[in-house]
Amino acid sequence: MPWTTVQVEKLENFFIKDDFAGDRILTYRDALHEALDQSLARDPRVFIMGEGVDDVAGVFGTTKGLKEKYEADRVFDTPIAENSLTGIAAGAAMAGLRPVLIHARMDFLLLSFDQLVNHASKWSYMFAGQVKVPMVIRTISARGWGSGAQHSQCIQGMLMNVPGLKIVAPATPYDAKGLMISAIIDNNPVLFVEHRWLHKTTGHVPEELYSIPIGKGVIRRKGEDVTIVAISYMLVEALRAAEKLQKDGISAEVVDLRSLKPFDGEIILESVAKTGRLLIADTGCKTGSVASEIAAFAAENAFHLLKKPVKRVCCPDTPTPTSDVLEKSFYRTDEDIYNEAVKMVNGE
Amino acid sequence: MEKDKLIEMYRIMKLIRMIEQRINDEYKYDEIKTPIHLSIGQEAVAAGVCIHLRKDDYIFSTHRNHAQYIAKGGDIRKMIAELYLRKTGCAHGRGGSMHLIDTDVGILGSTAIVGGNIPIGTGTALASKLLKNGRVTVVFFGDGAADEGTFHESLNFAAIKKLPVVYVCENNFYAINSHQKARQAGEGIYKWAERYGMPAYQVDGNDVLEVSDYAQKAIELCRNDEGPAFIECLTYRWKGHIGTVDDVGEGYRPREEYDLWVSRCPIKRFSEYLKNEGLLTDELERKMDEEINKLTEDAFSFAQSSPKPSPDELLEYVYAD
Repeated sequence: MPWTTVQVEKLENFFIKDDFAGDRILTYRDALHEALDQSLARDPRVFIMGEGVDDVAGVFGTTKGLKEKYEADRVFDTPIAENSLTGIAAGAAMAGLRPVLIHARMDFLLLSFDQLVNHASKWSYMFAGQVKVPMVIRTISARGWGSGAQHSQCIQGMLMNVPGLKIVAPATPYDAKGLMISAIIDNNPVLFVEHRWLHKTTGHVPEELYSIPIGKGVIRRKGEDVTIVAISYMLVEALRAAEKLQKDGISAEVVDLRSLKPFDGEIILESVAKTGRLLIADTGCKTGSVASEIAAFAAENAFHLLKKPVKRVCCPDTPTPTSDVLEKSFYRTDEDIYNEAVKMVNGE
Repeated sequence: MEKDKLIEMYRIMKLIRMIEQRINDEYKYDEIKTPIHLSIGQEAVAAGVCIHLRKDDYIFSTHRNHAQYIAKGGDIRKMIAELYLRKTGCAHGRGGSMHLIDTDVGILGSTAIVGGNIPIGTGTALASKLLKNGRVTVVFFGDGAADEGTFHESLNFAAIKKLPVVYVCENNFYAINSHQKARQAGEGIYKWAERYGMPAYQVDGNDVLEVSDYAQKAIELCRNDEGPAFIECLTYRWKGHIGTVDDVGEGYRPREEYDLWVSRCPIKRFSEYLKNEGLLTDELERKMDEEINKLTEDAFSFAQSSPKPSPDELLEYVYAD
């Protein structure tokens, strides 16, 4: 069993309440599988490629059985050539297809920066919109069980700086399905940021096809005293922290950003107007993170609303250590969010 | 090859040469504010390959892409306007010389990153295969691109998937000033392609008939779903890597080497052949020159009199609709 699967299976089941209230409950993993399955069925232009997409594990179960269900030329394994595969996906997209390229680890995305940054993301602008590059790149960030410095990175912050690239980071099963469908029907390259620890979370997911607008955040929990903007897996930690804060009489509003680029500035401003305090929880290293960008956004647009300086809860600026002891002190948890929020509300 | 096609190939080679010569002559006035990479001396490759392509076939080229753009039938007015960075340019003045595009004839854009077009052209070939539309892709690149990982990764992928793509290496021996021998182990770029399991040839890139012969076979293979294929064309650029400079003599390319290649001028050679065969007369040549001069004049005056983009267009097209 892959080591991160061992780790993920140990996690307690976390149910995320969403806007949608049906009686159908799916895991994040199955919601993604369903989005891919339904997209392959509805649009013959969609195809999926990446290392191991057609093997028995099927990218942690998210592509399992799809090769058998559709033709082998629509769901296929690839050589380990991340950069060229990205360009191949871009070329196929330019010629009218809708590729979904999967990197089982976000770290591997770094090998593809030339094609992603120099080519796919810039093509529309360089050629005045005459050629579109509708492609989805799924990346999965691992955590724990000694994943180490090269199998656990969350580099979404780095990619915020790439014009022409859209980035989504759904945290709930409902959003995973809806944003995957949105990413596939979008006419631009979309980076789909997944966190391995989210794959097992559960939530309500409708059976039908639906999309979620890219660039729209959502309030996961209403509150009055502090705004916690959470990114990707940090939503789980933020919701746990909010629960604890509630017990101490602090009412935290939790904003799930869902899309990182473009991101929903309005929802942040509205919330901060109410609470006057902003804490941002990101899965990446602190410097140049998504949290940094949101902090800068708040400094430019919400300075007059803030009662306290903005706080970022991110991983420190170190590579991820492999030692379980060091790893534990590397990652931020609900405790860190809780402690910072208490300080912000009650003062030092 | 039928007479019309031979004459057309000759016309294309002359068109490339005369337009590039004009670009070279105009460059000093500093109105073409974009880095240019001239193909003078290498015209036979683009002409010999593109003559066999359908309008809806794809080509992907590089920073040195004028010749392929012209040979594939790209709009000349829009090309020159693009060099002048005008709104009427093929990329609305956003691309410049290194980023020519004409989607009407299968040119989906050129890239200025060495080796960057190889995966993209492999991708359009993958699309043709999945869509079963019979379109062939030709990817043009220089010897420098064989230094890049994308060359090897993409050729391998195309071979595994049996994609309808012809890789055409314009080997002019130099990446800026670095000689191929200083950069690559072994002899023959085409041998790498052979190792990836595709038919691969090394041809005289200054002999348009030889280029055309091999290109026809390679394109035919792809058309019959028996791709990919590879052609390494040995050729030589007369101008320096960039701009209008010459890079011959002391510290640069040896004078004897340059002189030898200039004596192998692809246009002169083909003209002699056509004349010997009785296919080209002085009268025809004169008419051809006249027509090309007219076309060139028209394109340059169109470009020079076209408006520049307005500053408020800056933020457009970051995302496609």
